Amino acid sequence: MLERLGLVPPQASTVAVQTDLLSTFLVTVSLFFSILIAATIVAFSVKYRRRSERDVTPRIHGSTALEIAWSVIPLGIAMVMFGWGAHLFVTLKRPPDDALQVNVVGKQWMWKVQHLEGRREINELHVPIGRPVKVTLTSEDVIHSFYVPAFRIKQDAVPGRYTTAWFEATRIGSYHLFCAEYCGTMHSGMIGQVIVMEPADYEAWLAGGGVSAAPAAAGGAAGGGQDLVAAGKELFEQKGCVTCHQPGAVLGPQLAGVAGHTVELQDGTTVTADDDYLRESILSPAAKIVKGFAPIMPTFKGQLTEEQVLQLIAYIKSLKPSTGDASADAGTGKTGS
Amino acid sequence: MSTGHAGVDTRGDSSAGARAYAHQFDSAEHQHGTAQLGMWVFIAQEILFFGGLFLAYTVYRFMYPEAFAQASRHLDIVLGGFNTVVLIGSSLTMAIAVHGAQLGKRWMQVIFLLLTIFLGCVFLGVKAIEYGHKFHEHLVPGPNFRFDGDAGHAQIFFSLYFVMTGLHALHMVIGIAILGVLVWQAARGAYGRAYYSPVELTGLYWHFVDIIWIFLFPLLYLIGRH
Amino acid sequence: MTSTNYINADYGIWSWLLTKDHKRIAILYLVSITLMFILGGFFALLIRLELLTPAGDLLAADTYNKMFTMHGIVMVFFFLIPSIPAVLGNFLVPMMIGARDLAFPRLNLASWYIYMAGAAFTLYAIFTGGVDTGWTFYTPYSTAAANTKVIPAALGIFITGFSSILTGLNFIVTIHRMRAPGLTWFRLPLFIWAHYATSIIFILGTPVIAITILLVAVERGFNFGIFDPKLGGDPVLFQHLFWFYSHPAVYIMVLPSMGVVSELITCFSRKTVFGYGFVAVSSMAIAVLGFLVWGHHLFVSGQSVYASMIFSVLSFLVAIPSAVKVFNWTATLYRGSIEFAAPLIYALGFIGLFTIGGLTGVFLATLGFDVHVHDTYFVVAHFHYIMVGGAMMGYLGGLHYWWPKISGRMYPEWPARIGAAIIFIGFNLTFFPQFLAGYLGMPRRYHMYPPEFQVLNVMSTAGATVLGIGYLLPLTYLLWSLRYGKAAPANPWRATGLEWQTPSPPPTDNFATTPFVTEEAYDYSSVPEAELV
Repeated sequence: MLERLGLVPPQASTVAVQTDLLSTFLVTVSLFFSILIAATIVAFSVKYRRRSERDVTPRIHGSTALEIAWSVIPLGIAMVMFGWGAHLFVTLKRPPDDALQVNVVGKQWMWKVQHLEGRREINELHVPIGRPVKVTLTSEDVIHSFYVPAFRIKQDAVPGRYTTAWFEATRIGSYHLFCAEYCGTMHSGMIGQVIVMEPADYEAWLAGGGVSAAPAAAGGAAGGGQDLVAAGKELFEQKGCVTCHQPGAVLGPQLAGVAGHTVELQDGTTVTADDDYLRESILSPAAKIVKGFAPIMPTFKGQLTEEQVLQLIAYIKSLKPSTGDASADAGTGKTGS
Repeated sequence: MSTGHAGVDTRGDSSAGARAYAHQFDSAEHQHGTAQLGMWVFIAQEILFFGGLFLAYTVYRFMYPEAFAQASRHLDIVLGGFNTVVLIGSSLTMAIAVHGAQLGKRWMQVIFLLLTIFLGCVFLGVKAIEYGHKFHEHLVPGPNFRFDGDAGHAQIFFSLYFVMTGLHALHMVIGIAILGVLVWQAARGAYGRAYYSPVELTGLYWHFVDIIWIFLFPLLYLIGRH
Repeated sequence: MTSTNYINADYGIWSWLLTKDHKRIAILYLVSITLMFILGGFFALLIRLELLTPAGDLLAADTYNKMFTMHGIVMVFFFLIPSIPAVLGNFLVPMMIGARDLAFPRLNLASWYIYMAGAAFTLYAIFTGGVDTGWTFYTPYSTAAANTKVIPAALGIFITGFSSILTGLNFIVTIHRMRAPGLTWFRLPLFIWAHYATSIIFILGTPVIAITILLVAVERGFNFGIFDPKLGGDPVLFQHLFWFYSHPAVYIMVLPSMGVVSELITCFSRKTVFGYGFVAVSSMAIAVLGFLVWGHHLFVSGQSVYASMIFSVLSFLVAIPSAVKVFNWTATLYRGSIEFAAPLIYALGFIGLFTIGGLTGVFLATLGFDVHVHDTYFVVAHFHYIMVGGAMMGYLGGLHYWWPKISGRMYPEWPARIGAAIIFIGFNLTFFPQFLAGYLGMPRRYHMYPPEFQVLNVMSTAGATVLGIGYLLPLTYLLWSLRYGKAAPANPWRATGLEWQTPSPPPTDNFATTPFVTEEAYDYSSVPEAELV
């Protein structure tokens, strides 16, 4: 109903409905108090308007009981609001395990999207209806913010690290994708669309036959392509990572099964090998040295695009330990961040 | 909290030129106490001013402990330690100068203020030598920065090193300039038992600047050095 | 009215530019910030005109980005922050506590010169090409990407910060040390409490923004890596440091306004403030809690979930003292003798707008809700309700109320009432539609926007026109009153408070004899019959 009145954007995700419900609660409570205060002020203003310059007013200093009442009652209501908001926030921050994985890189002034299966697009994001989709975000230059009003989600894309957002679309259609963090001249032009499709259409599109993607020009980045793991494997060999990190090599740590697991460092501390750690280990290898290895790895800063780093990470996450360590389930790419 | 006023109306003698305090105060003690409070409030804001830097330092030290430890080993602990001693010494001479002012001993003030200035200049000179070394070793952040190891994060250490010690040095320069004025005034006999606020307040400021260094020295030079 | 007062005590430009009289310094600030307000208003006008149509057809994208940046910088740092403290506070703090001047008059004059030096840097930045980073200077955009006059603008803000710091220092020391005999802490006017709380924020917050903005300039100027991830830094650390000051800065803008409103309501309802102690202490609570909530600006920045939760719950807590104030003001009206003079209309307008601004602030503290509306027009509307609706209404209300004391002339009552009403209506027309636009998903700082938002934007621009006319009215008739206004008596409102016990305009030393205070503030039952007009 709110949507038909034009008060809310399309409710096209599971959280959209929950957010609007929370908003309705907030607005209702606020309206109640605003009207209460306004009506009281108006009533007092009329009833106690000045009739004569000689009006005598009583001396009322206050009432501790009232003060306590109008501190404690709003506090109680505020805590309900906090609890509700926090609950929704936790939902927004915890992508389901079976979510589809999409990588999105912000760049002045476009969104570059890379699907795990290899399909790439610019300023468009195709997703299937009824399946959770997890978006991993980063930026090549300044801070951007991935905002889809119809899904009620927003997450900054911060250069130098990964952030994530997730949604489950509930309605076929195409919806605004905005950049919500000011990023320079064409900030208002850094907009695109999220296109929600039937699963079958989506599969067809992924395979490259379906709906054609955005302007395919931009540096040849758009259009179809290898899947992320294969692209990462190619880079892994091309950039020479394989020399030190191939199974059985001794110069660098083994990578199979590392992702998502704990790594022990030179100084005795431990760290969870999430996406941010893998990224740092590629671009600033000296920052954290794995126990038992020398700091001899060269940096790949400046030699890899953000998308290539994401491909390498996808590849590393796909590596299964060859030995008996069956507990390592590196494929699903659970991140601790 | 008392009002601090004696309740005496002194407005009557506002024309009297001999009064030793400004027209908005009730007495010389009132003025002195007010000036003292003013300096303490000023120091409070100074703490927050450096506080932003200390916070940034703490965050990055926590994020990149290894790089920070490596980088701090490139600082000259001998020169840094020497400077620490010099600065503590200057606090002592400053305190004696304040004492001299309170006792109304003119030359005691002048001599110890000059000594304080001298020690302050020694500190700045040593600091300049250290900066020069860093420059030659390509440890100044920017395009010419060279560092063997985690260069990216070591660079942050040196950025903070230069900003923190630079701002500290700037405070010293300002302090020395004020001390210069004090020496001149003290030589003219401007300060004595009845009126020594400027010397005392400058002392407070000088001790504060020393204390900043007492935090900077271990944070930058000592922690993480094996 | 030929007696000697602070205005006619001395003549010539240097008697103003070198004055140490807090009242004259207040006038210097009044003139400077009014000029800055006109400049900031001009930028706002261009912004609203551009947004009339969805296409970016009036201004180029870069120009538009400079407009909202410079609107923000000028209005926040050069108008709103100094507005009430530096003008009304400077004029009234010594008078209200029965002092002859602030504790450090020379420092006070220095503050004004520092303000002007900062303004000079910023104006240089504005007139030689402008800045386009947003008033928030987010890194790495400000340090690595923008190619506008970031460093001069940053230095301007850095310098002006020290003007705030020194003003705050002066107020704190003055309130501690210069009170008239008998004026105990809980006899102080609420205006003084509000300024004390504000000064604490000046002292503890401003140095942090100063150092932060300096680091931005250093990173940009010398390529020192601090915040830029390409140089190993953390851009989110900048946001933490920036909002550590800039959220409390909101309370710098609104706390003095609350102090003004307390004075206006009690005077025009002729009743002592309901729950004086609670109103006084709530100012201090806001100042303290205000320092602990900055992280609510970072809910979608990648900050940890736990940090976000803590900042959220603390943000709800800071709403409580604000609510307490609103309830107490309302209760003050009960059984009063209410006169609808222009200052009271402003004060009641303040309560209305501040209530909406405060409640929408509570929305934004709600985690799940903020994710959707963060960085949209909802936020723009919210903070304008607080900073323009709140701070500006308080400033104008206070300016009218104390105008007779400041200028020695009465302002014309009816134009003032009409002006207050126009501003209230114009304000709501301008900013209420922005709540809707924001919830519908219109991001802020957009030069072009999808056509479905046009209706709301046209409404907003239309409202801004009304608001602009509303602001021109007081500017006109206040200037008019300087020459043609009725001469003001010492106490035209029959108000309590020491500032009304001395002639209008006051003599240079404020009081002929130091007042002696024997009663609490706002004792309206004891105004002597003889004072009745």
